[in-house]
Amino acid sequence: MNGVELVCPAGSLPALRAAVDNGADAVYLGFRDGTNARNFPGLNFDQRGAREGIRYAHERGAKVLLALNTYPQPQTWSRWTRAVDQAAELGVDALILADAGLMRYAARTHPGLRLHLSVQGSATSAEAIAFYREQFGIQRVVLPRVLSAQQVRRVVAQTDVEVEVFAFGSLCVMVEGRCYLSSYVTGESPNTCGACSPARAVQWSEGAAGREVRLNGVLIDVFGAHEPAGYPVLCKGRFRVEGRLGYAMEEPTSLSVLDILPELLEMGVSAIKVEGRQRSPAYVAQVTRVLRQALDACHADPAGFAPREEWVAALQRVAEGHTHTLGALERQWQ
Amino acid sequence: MKLALGPLLYFWPRQRVLDFYRAAVGWPVDIVYLGEVVCAKRRALRLDDWLTLADELAVAGKQVVLSSLALLEAESDQRGLQRLVDNGRHPVEANDWAAVYRLGGRSPFVAGPHLNVYNGETLSLLAEQGATRWVLPVELSRETLAALQAERPAGMQTEVFAFGRLPLAFSARCFTARVRGLPKDACGFCCGDYPDGLLAESQDGAPFLVFNGIQTQSASTCNLLGAVSELAAAGVDVLRLSPQAEHMAEVVAAFRTALDGGHGEPAALAGLTAGAPSNGYWYGGAGKAWRAGDGRAPA
Repeated sequence: MNGVELVCPAGSLPALRAAVDNGADAVYLGFRDGTNARNFPGLNFDQRGAREGIRYAHERGAKVLLALNTYPQPQTWSRWTRAVDQAAELGVDALILADAGLMRYAARTHPGLRLHLSVQGSATSAEAIAFYREQFGIQRVVLPRVLSAQQVRRVVAQTDVEVEVFAFGSLCVMVEGRCYLSSYVTGESPNTCGACSPARAVQWSEGAAGREVRLNGVLIDVFGAHEPAGYPVLCKGRFRVEGRLGYAMEEPTSLSVLDILPELLEMGVSAIKVEGRQRSPAYVAQVTRVLRQALDACHADPAGFAPREEWVAALQRVAEGHTHTLGALERQWQ
Repeated sequence: MKLALGPLLYFWPRQRVLDFYRAAVGWPVDIVYLGEVVCAKRRALRLDDWLTLADELAVAGKQVVLSSLALLEAESDQRGLQRLVDNGRHPVEANDWAAVYRLGGRSPFVAGPHLNVYNGETLSLLAEQGATRWVLPVELSRETLAALQAERPAGMQTEVFAFGRLPLAFSARCFTARVRGLPKDACGFCCGDYPDGLLAESQDGAPFLVFNGIQTQSASTCNLLGAVSELAAAGVDVLRLSPQAEHMAEVVAAFRTALDGGHGEPAALAGLTAGAPSNGYWYGGAGKAWRAGDGRAPA
């Protein structure tokens, strides 16, 4: 691999083509069920679609990573192991797994299959990564969005496992894989069902103060007449704390690492990832194109790299809340 | 079934912590978890202080377990973990896979609630590493517990979170400091002002969550007192009671009475809990939900 790999989301075949055509080095996708953390209606791949997507990507030199990053329970364990077997049979380039038990199954059953530890595996230190490396031979880890840039640098220096970090997309405020807020409210979480704040639990209504949105009865936000009404991801709702109303956890905003791309390259990150398998092919095309250009510019001249205005504007247009942050990478955010 | 006092998740002043555990010496709990799980910056008690408390509790006949940090970020967090693992006297509860890595094959340990044990394969992996007890993730139901019990490796004890505000999430961000308008690096230990967490309400005035530094908990208090007979029948070995600021002695007594009598009435805890009761996770639904009694219709 030359330089840092650009890993882009494919929630559908058109999105996959958009990613590959616009310069993704790898795409990641999931099957059409609860085995992956973006289990949304109308999204993801059946066997035939996956086969077609893999063919399309491989013919154009792009890799395909398959996310099986939810936590199987005994009652449905075999659905997850079958998904591992199917992925191996389809010839994916790597599996992205979160559950240690499923990781063990995959390593034993398909010893030649490349394994990545999902962000949902919550590994934030070189020791946690070493556990998965020694037990299952993982080749890459996706870091949760909780470490400062300095801490990412240290993890990269302390492990020989490839490190992938999120570069752009919706910002998860909590440690991925250890957030049960969604199941507390709705009964379904990313870990159990591959869903956060699931659409079936969303209820809109008109109230005295504006448009009210609830998740399974819990009032997440109220939007005034001139406010854009966003999707009620529950950590980005407005709540009252000590008499003050506001975004107690986080504003609707997107992560963007454009400003520190040279630093990430210099510290030895192996791959950068775009979030958004639930987003449209147009979004995937736009973000992939910008990050491809940015990565190429950064590879060519890291010292002279500066984000171009048109890149920033293009990303801003598709960002949640039309604004962006470095998130935990920047100490002040924490 | 045994009763365990879970690790203190809040930041209380040093004297309050010492008083709490000296009182706990006389409570009918079999196991006491000690140590800081939430935030490494909280240092009202150092490891030596926890070990002194641990020895006092052990002399009084309690089994002591030292709980490890759930989120490791700084290099100092890793050194702290190493010191905990090397304590030489008491077993450790691993709350991150880094702790499993350090403990594996060296000393018996407890697989804590933040390791995400969702299936028998993970349980058997942990048994191979030396885990002798595991804690069910709080979001899992009685059905999943029963299925996991059927696949439980020999010699592995099962513990269930049965009382307290539910630990729901961790973040890099300190929400208490954010609410107070302080940067995390100059937080002034403001989480210490909220001995049961800082309440966040939805806009219609309903209690929703509480912030405990970088941890988010439920505003409701999980209460499985009404399920003790079911928990015993499921072969659960230990019930975890998570400390709250007031009435903890009465809470422990109520669970002890229920365990001894084989049946508990959740109403025994009326007026004694930090939040309204919840038990929805146990019955396979939303964690916030509440059923008044075993298998009865939701209240």
